[in-house]
Amino acid sequence: MREIVFHLLVVVCVLGGTLSMAGALIWLERRLLALWQDRYGPNRVGPFGLFQPVADAIKIFTKEDWIPPFADRAVFVAAPAVIVVTVLMSFAVVPFAPGVWVADLNVGLLFLFGMSSLGAYSLILAGWASNNKYSLIGGLRAAAQTISYEVFMGLSLMGVVMLAGSFSLRAIVEAQQGVWFCVTQFPALVVFLIAGLAETHRLPFDMPEAESELVAGFHSEYSGMKFGMFFVGEYLAITLLSALATVLFFGGWLGPVLPPLVWFVLKTGALICGIILLRASLPRLRFDQLMSLGWKILLPVALLNIVVTGAIALLGK
Amino acid sequence: MTVIFYLSAIIAVAATFLAITRTNAVHALLYLAVSLLAVAMVLFTLGAPFAAALEIVIYAGAIVVLFVFVVMMLNQGTATIRRERAYLTPSMWIVPGLLTLVLFAELVCVVAWVPEAAGAPAEAIGPKAVGMALFGPYAIAVEMASLLLLAGLIGAFHLGRRDEE
Repeated sequence: MREIVFHLLVVVCVLGGTLSMAGALIWLERRLLALWQDRYGPNRVGPFGLFQPVADAIKIFTKEDWIPPFADRAVFVAAPAVIVVTVLMSFAVVPFAPGVWVADLNVGLLFLFGMSSLGAYSLILAGWASNNKYSLIGGLRAAAQTISYEVFMGLSLMGVVMLAGSFSLRAIVEAQQGVWFCVTQFPALVVFLIAGLAETHRLPFDMPEAESELVAGFHSEYSGMKFGMFFVGEYLAITLLSALATVLFFGGWLGPVLPPLVWFVLKTGALICGIILLRASLPRLRFDQLMSLGWKILLPVALLNIVVTGAIALLGK
Repeated sequence: MTVIFYLSAIIAVAATFLAITRTNAVHALLYLAVSLLAVAMVLFTLGAPFAAALEIVIYAGAIVVLFVFVVMMLNQGTATIRRERAYLTPSMWIVPGLLTLVLFAELVCVVAWVPEAAGAPAEAIGPKAVGMALFGPYAIAVEMASLLLLAGLIGAFHLGRRDEE
């Protein structure tokens, strides 16, 4: 009985924690961007503008929720839900601290790949269902981008799986007791972060929305809370990417003195700030540059990493 | 587990049926994706988590996405839907229906006469066991599949290459 209660508590905390994290990130990103661009950012609502996300949420909930008459209604409504659901599902296999996880699947990493590839449907379907040429181009770009970068993301993590000897995220964290994988698997870390950014279609890889050429890309026709779902989904995806990098490369909850959960949150937070700094400092790539970066540089690096890691693992036996 | 198995099996069959009968190509593909997800659930309940995960990653996550990609590029309008509707006349169903009936009868016979074939294994088979089997007794099949993929890759490269003159 106590175990069931504990499990339900973890589920509720993960759900509440990640969703409020998404809200907090919207504030954090705007403040940090302002800091790096030498301006104030939102500082009017509450202390340091902390209640800005609340004001935003009230606004977005009370806006008119309009579905264009030319859109494919059912798909148009379903598309924004897909991205939020798949990202939240992914958090189910993330181990936050010893014993604190929703599920410890022995195919945990593959489950994550599955969820991230299903997340691609959200953008593609939104682009198609909007029945608008800018949305369609955004959707097409999203499809090509996510399918290609999923390949590099998967391949880059195979070295980690080889060293840990398991697809389970708990086992991967425990395998980093001695040295973190960010040292032994450095090329994999670089490929993973680039591919992860492309998967979450953040700047410098936000070609699917590219407001300067495609209005707002796949979500041009969305308004109100349906647009809000895409927005929240993006920030959830950033949190997921940082949490995954922490688990896979930076030793998860491992660390001296402080309790494990604090270490996990600190590492994830630092990575999130890094991702925001990337947005503040890099311009958007061109779409063909994105594709050639992936297939001509990231793919060979990831494959080479697998071969070298495999050879060293074999020699070490 | 048994309840989940039958539930996902029913969803798989129903989604596949809807995928065949939809006249809008994107809707049909979405039902196909649902059907593949349900099949993944079936594999999971049968004790094959690795196969279930790959089913989602490769079929639902990559191949059907590529189908949707192509259908989006074709930009089919109401004319295509009308033509599709004309295809699906009742007389169209007779021959495929008969063939499927024969297959179904065969399946019923197999399940009825060989009871071991229908049971689930006692425990789940993890990724490690699948890998050992693939690169042990089934190594030749893996190599043949990789040759096939290589041929496809070279073909795609040849077709996609620009003429340099």
